[in-house]
Amino acid sequence: MSVSVVMTVNGEVVAKHVEDRTLLVEFLREHLRLTGTHVGCDTSQCGACVVHANGKSLKSCTALAVQMDGAEITTIEGLANGDVLHPMQEAFRQNHGLQCGFCTPGMVMSAVDLVNENPDPSETEIREWLEGNICRCTGYHNIVKSISAGAKAMREGDPT
Amino acid sequence: MYEFSYHKASSLEDARSTLATAEDGKLLAGGMTLLPTMKQRLAAPTVLVDLTGIDMAGIEGKGDNIVVGAMTTHAAVASSSLVQQTIPALAALAEGIGDPQVRNRGTIGGSVANADPAADYPAALVGLGATVVTSKRSLSAEEFFTGMFETALAEDEIITAVSFPVPEAAAYQKFPNPASRYAIVGVFVAKTANGIRVAVTGAGGSVFRNAEMEQALASNFSPDAVKNIAVDSSGLNEDIHASAEYRAHLVGVMASRAVAAM
Repeated sequence: MSVSVVMTVNGEVVAKHVEDRTLLVEFLREHLRLTGTHVGCDTSQCGACVVHANGKSLKSCTALAVQMDGAEITTIEGLANGDVLHPMQEAFRQNHGLQCGFCTPGMVMSAVDLVNENPDPSETEIREWLEGNICRCTGYHNIVKSISAGAKAMREGDPT
Repeated sequence: MYEFSYHKASSLEDARSTLATAEDGKLLAGGMTLLPTMKQRLAAPTVLVDLTGIDMAGIEGKGDNIVVGAMTTHAAVASSSLVQQTIPALAALAEGIGDPQVRNRGTIGGSVANADPAADYPAALVGLGATVVTSKRSLSAEEFFTGMFETALAEDEIITAVSFPVPEAAAYQKFPNPASRYAIVGVFVAKTANGIRVAVTGAGGSVFRNAEMEQALASNFSPDAVKNIAVDSSGLNEDIHASAEYRAHLVGVMASRAVAAM
């Protein structure tokens, strides 16, 4: 079965035909070629595929594209302002918040959702929030540090 | 994922009739269990009936009850000031489900209908003596949960809301699986207008009450009253995470922690 979906992805309206069973992550990666959103586990555990739908984080491997008809989606590609990184991306860069980088898009998207909800999260709150994001390299220490710094930069209204 | 056809229901009646005519139809709420299960090809419904187009989300106070619409997300329950003020244990329970992304999408109706033996909500429903409201009737939580992944719901019956009587006090404590955050054992203790209730999730095939602990707490409401009550491990769940004996022991530990937290 084929169905047409219309959604706003990173500010642009896109209309496509998809199969009913097409996952949001497949739609983003294969139909729109937005490959910054990763598939790590495909079992809804790792969080490499986290994007925002209507401002809230979700695992794009665990939603159908058709469910997102009419939604506003933001992916990692939609965070930066041209060549200027989003403060959370910049914080990951400055604080060595990644090694291989595979989990990073999901980490950053999840972190931005956290800070939108809780502008000044404690270390414990950050660690609890990352329950749905798995990193196999860094041991999380620098990720937590990055998110803390990114939250501060977002609070201070970094013009990016 | 096997092929299926997707239908976004416009009304309860539309959902019911679509389900009734489908060869193997399934209701889709948040999809936090159903979609991963379908991806692993452990479920292969032919039709998915999406309930998000029907207005069933929201939380309101009705008399001495807090009524939570079936499509209300865990995040909405956790952050509701009404729930935080009236049944803080329920808000805390919702905040402890899965991860933030699951809480943003997963719904109380979906969780309850799935009746996972390790889910958190069943403990709150039975612990508080909640009522499950469906498209056909109202039934008590104890009538509703009938077994492992089994409920009293008919094939074409749809949960519309869960009504929680506000207790005098309540607390939920769980020993979570460190990976999934599902309860290895979770115990919900409530002081209600109809006495003290102790409901256990994660330990057995389905949520159950522990009468011995309820009686002990009625005469002496203290953590020590329940800590050493032996729970029979026969018939309890057993997996790579915990033996039945370990789970039986955890029931007492979680119950005493819940009482201490009240």
